[in-house]
Amino acid sequence: MYAALWRILPGPMWVRILIVLVLVALLLAALVEWVFPWAADTLLPQESTVGG
Amino acid sequence: MSDAEIDQSPETQPVLYASRREARRAEAAAANEKVVGVVARPRLSVTGVLGEALITAGVLVMLFLGWYIWLNDIVAGGEQQQAAEVVQEELQDQWERGEAITERPTDPGEPAVSVAPAAGQVFGALIVPRFGADYTRAIATGVDVQTVLNNRRIGIGHYSETQMPGEVGNFAVAAHRTTYGAAFGAIDQLRLGDRIYVETVDGWYEYSFRGLEYVWPTGVDVLAPVPTVPGISPTDRVLTMTSCNPRFSAAERIIAYAVFETWYPRAGGPPTEISGVVQAQG
Repeated sequence: MYAALWRILPGPMWVRILIVLVLVALLLAALVEWVFPWAADTLLPQESTVGG
Repeated sequence: MSDAEIDQSPETQPVLYASRREARRAEAAAANEKVVGVVARPRLSVTGVLGEALITAGVLVMLFLGWYIWLNDIVAGGEQQQAAEVVQEELQDQWERGEAITERPTDPGEPAVSVAPAAGQVFGALIVPRFGADYTRAIATGVDVQTVLNNRRIGIGHYSETQMPGEVGNFAVAAHRTTYGAAFGAIDQLRLGDRIYVETVDGWYEYSFRGLEYVWPTGVDVLAPVPTVPGISPTDRVLTMTSCNPRFSAAERIIAYAVFETWYPRAGGPPTEISGVVQAQG
């Protein structure tokens, strides 16, 4: 899977590495911004109030 | 499966190399000699894709846990701290503009009591030296999870059905023990006599920590004007903090009680113990 993705990427080695780094950074940003907060609220609700 | 079974490339030689890199170099050299030009590539296989997907899922779970128990607390906690410092500046500004309540108690020893603001509105800050030398968090009306407790600019919610700071009765607040900045993450570290300050536009209310209690999530009587004894009229001023227990769980609630000691009108400046926290913003 990842080997196939790597082959799809254009350009020489350093361009590919740059593209991968940018993609990983975008992925991490999306995770932290949207996916992780959603998962925390859905899977692991934290209750700190009484009677709630 | 053994290595021999996986490696089905026809170029494989039954030669042992000291390292994989060496083996790869030898392979490349052999390919050059033959001038084959086309390197054998592994095809996409179901097990290969499945394996990589599972590894990816595992990495994602680890990333999530790292974010959940560590990174998010640091980020949200820092943001809440900065937001509370801004709130403290705004309270000072409001007071300078004369927006503090005008009706003062006739006895100067009696604390002024603000009118409860609308839901979600920030009206004060909680300063707890035991939680950190510069610890301050904004307090908003209501304990709504999304708008107040999970809010990266607030963190502490005031049970709007309870009394206001300095009022006879119970000033009850809630905050997370873990995650979302964990405003009450160190609630179990409080020691008898620890000072807890509530800052509002009127000044600083000083409470003294008395003890912890553990209740079920249904234990609403800790919010009564006389905590745990609903139905009788209060004579004391109490501060009640609620959070979850044990950490990372919603099974029980940890309750911290503090009793009112004194108050400091804003005109006289902050109490010495927290003057650093308050003046740090000036």
